[in-house]
Amino acid sequence: MPQAAATSDDTFPRLLARNARERGGKPAYREKEYGIWQTHSWADSDAQARDFAAGLAALGFKRGDKLIIVGDNRPRLYWAICAAQMLGGIPVPVYQDAVASEMAYVVENAEARFALGEDQEQVDKLLEIRATVPALQTIIYDDPRGLREYTDLVSYAAAQAKGRALRQEKPGFLDAEIAQGKGADPSIMLYTSGTTGRPKGVVLSYDNLRVTAQNAADFDGLVEGDEILSYLPMAWVGDHIFSYAQGLSVGLTVNCPESAATVMTDLREIGPTYYFAPPRILENLITTVMIRMEDAGRLKRSMFRYFMALSQRIGGALLDGKAVGIGERLMYRLGELLVIGPLRNTLGLSRVRVAYTAGEAVGPDIFNFYRSLGINMKQLYGQTEASVFVTMHPNGDVRLETVGKPAPQVEIKVNDNGEIMFRSPGVFLEYFKNPAATAETKTPDGWVHSGDAGYLDEAGHLRIIDRAKDVGKLRDGTLFAPKFIENKLKFFPHINEAVAFGDNRGFVSAFINIDLVAVGNWAEKQDIAYASYQELASHPKVHGLIAEEVAQVNRDLAADPKMAGAQIKRFLVLPKLLDADDGELTRTRKVRRGFIAERYGALLKALYDGSKAAHIRTEVTFEDGRKGVVEGDVAILDVPAAEPLRKAG
Amino acid sequence: MRNRQFTETLLTVENISLSFGGVRALSDISFDILKGEVRAIIGPNGAGKSSMLNCINGFYHPQQGAITYKGVRREQMRPHEAAEQGIARTFQNIALFKGMSTLDNIMTGRNLKMRSGIFAQALRWGPALREEIAHREYVERVIDFLEIQHVRKVPVGQLPYGLQKRVELGRALAAEPELLLLDEPMAGMNIEEKQDMCRFVLEVNEEFGTTICLIEHDMGVVMDISDRVVVLDYGRKIGDGTPEEVKANPEVIAAYLGTAH
Repeated sequence: MPQAAATSDDTFPRLLARNARERGGKPAYREKEYGIWQTHSWADSDAQARDFAAGLAALGFKRGDKLIIVGDNRPRLYWAICAAQMLGGIPVPVYQDAVASEMAYVVENAEARFALGEDQEQVDKLLEIRATVPALQTIIYDDPRGLREYTDLVSYAAAQAKGRALRQEKPGFLDAEIAQGKGADPSIMLYTSGTTGRPKGVVLSYDNLRVTAQNAADFDGLVEGDEILSYLPMAWVGDHIFSYAQGLSVGLTVNCPESAATVMTDLREIGPTYYFAPPRILENLITTVMIRMEDAGRLKRSMFRYFMALSQRIGGALLDGKAVGIGERLMYRLGELLVIGPLRNTLGLSRVRVAYTAGEAVGPDIFNFYRSLGINMKQLYGQTEASVFVTMHPNGDVRLETVGKPAPQVEIKVNDNGEIMFRSPGVFLEYFKNPAATAETKTPDGWVHSGDAGYLDEAGHLRIIDRAKDVGKLRDGTLFAPKFIENKLKFFPHINEAVAFGDNRGFVSAFINIDLVAVGNWAEKQDIAYASYQELASHPKVHGLIAEEVAQVNRDLAADPKMAGAQIKRFLVLPKLLDADDGELTRTRKVRRGFIAERYGALLKALYDGSKAAHIRTEVTFEDGRKGVVEGDVAILDVPAAEPLRKAG
Repeated sequence: MRNRQFTETLLTVENISLSFGGVRALSDISFDILKGEVRAIIGPNGAGKSSMLNCINGFYHPQQGAITYKGVRREQMRPHEAAEQGIARTFQNIALFKGMSTLDNIMTGRNLKMRSGIFAQALRWGPALREEIAHREYVERVIDFLEIQHVRKVPVGQLPYGLQKRVELGRALAAEPELLLLDEPMAGMNIEEKQDMCRFVLEVNEEFGTTICLIEHDMGVVMDISDRVVVLDYGRKIGDGTPEEVKANPEVIAAYLGTAH
């Protein structure tokens, strides 16, 4: 039988075969099921993926076919990615929380004939899509629960059984298929959620992903046996590179949580060594810790305060190997024993060697919090179009205000408009069926327009200011960087989301979403009764709390000469949470400022015409797709401006 | 509303009358429950619905009448007999052990199935440990089925009401019942919790073939998920049939659904 070993391991199916050969018995995937972590070795994973691949072939899957994959992170879904690739097909993971109409666009655009849905929820959506998108033919499901009375579906297990039969009948078939794959072939298609317009299918090749994944792994010294918890959507390029590309290249163990709700517990049980979390999750973790500390006894609270302050002063310096006085060093040791170590353990981060955050600018205080706990938290800057890595913080050279140095083999330049451009081995092949968009984003010599404004500083670190198209000016010419301001607001645990306005206007104003957990907890202590989010959000005392925080942001802004003119003059607290189901956030939870401005036009107008209140009536979409209405009066609040600081002398 | 056919009788209630002193809670009630169906008992407050369930599982002893369950006719059912014979129930006011975790609460549902003695269980030695592991496995399936993995180790008292109801259903399911009695499983829930609970009730019925007898106030829920409905009013039976038949019954409309004036 001709073995794939004869060729180099330049596709993921071959990497999986290599892992099965060279580290066959070691754990590749773990999944918590029925309360117990179930382990699958590399050899088992390879066999499972092969069975499914042959099953797909038996069902009529051809080279170039697309396989839609939708569900939570599960080993079987990762195997399905590899299975499609074994046959020269292109897997297309889709965001599992997308509603059917959003998903239908992707299925239609990708011209997919096959789809794999994890459970009844996903299968229902796929069936709805199949009714209107005739190209979609075969629907495969993993979890049979609730699907007993469905017809015209294929189960994952049945597909694998067909596959085993085919493999017995034609033993050389799969190896021959795998041997046909080349490094330059398209390996996956990931639809970017896109803050504007329809999603685009980014086509990445094996070489793109494999080289980029290996470069980044070498950069951080990842080794076989490093553990990762894969809990972010499989449709997101980050999960694809960490859990799949790096997983296969390096031999990481990929751990799949039991359910979205158990991630915190699972994190603690696994204790990953390589960890990624978007700023939003890091923020939520801090909020939970802070709330629980507020409820703790007095002694614990004061210990927590003392040692957190100490570690915030010197923890980061210790991590970077800088000099610290002996007294403080000793106290830090004590703190490590009493507060910091246990806290790190509670968060599930005691074993972390490399942790990253990215996606949105992270508030310095959030970032500092983790570093001061002795967690090697770093930032990276990446895009789907770059196979993630553009810049990353080197170990020992972490700077809060930057996103790091160019990753290995990545070139960076800033064009005349201040937009960052990059070129690397990870640069995508094309946008699927969209040559116009491809040409707009990628120059003929391989440079990609990132769409972000920023600059390289003296130390060679990249600093991002904002989305290039979002950076604007107030009428008096003051620089207005909305995200910069929003991030400052969002650091306060009471503020969940903020949207700043000001481009081409006289002053800066903001919409604010309060955090139900944090403000709810605060309200309880203040004896404020409330029955709903809307009621809490319209309480005058809550407004007072938020106004104080906005004033604090103004004081911070006043300290920065470039930003001092862009202080927030007026704001309001929205009566509903911004939600991706209502189109207000992208699926990766970035605010869609233009859409929000349009949707809440009346509120925005009131912010600028001096009114004290405005009326709002808006539709909300519930999780099951039903619609409801939120209606009420929203108070508009003024905030005093802070005096710009003048440096003495 | 569902159109399904059932033939085998699981339980028959014949001419049951129950009084507390001078108060007649139930008078001369007869109906049957077929194997595999979802049977609802509805009626206004004080109509005798919970009393009826209490008679079925032997908590109350009716003065007259008999109950035939799985072919055995009894004048009085005893609670432990009912449990051993595969009847499990949930309560209108949640009756869980508030200080125990979700997992431990559901484990208690397996109690009747444990063979080892109390001391062996307490010491968790040898066969008792093996037995506990086997039961735990079943309980984990129930937890998975009801999607409550995230509260597995949380004391039940800390859980929101809707989840507590779900844990209580879990404990009943852990007994692998043939007949599941649900006393207002959706009372006090918000719409989302109700939808979830409906889904679980239907799935229990379809996946495990468990026969379900439920009391419910929410008419929408009753009409949607039950195969047949019994209507009680002041301890009397005033209607019995499919949801459509019951909806069209003038006496039922007058007593419970309200008339259009």
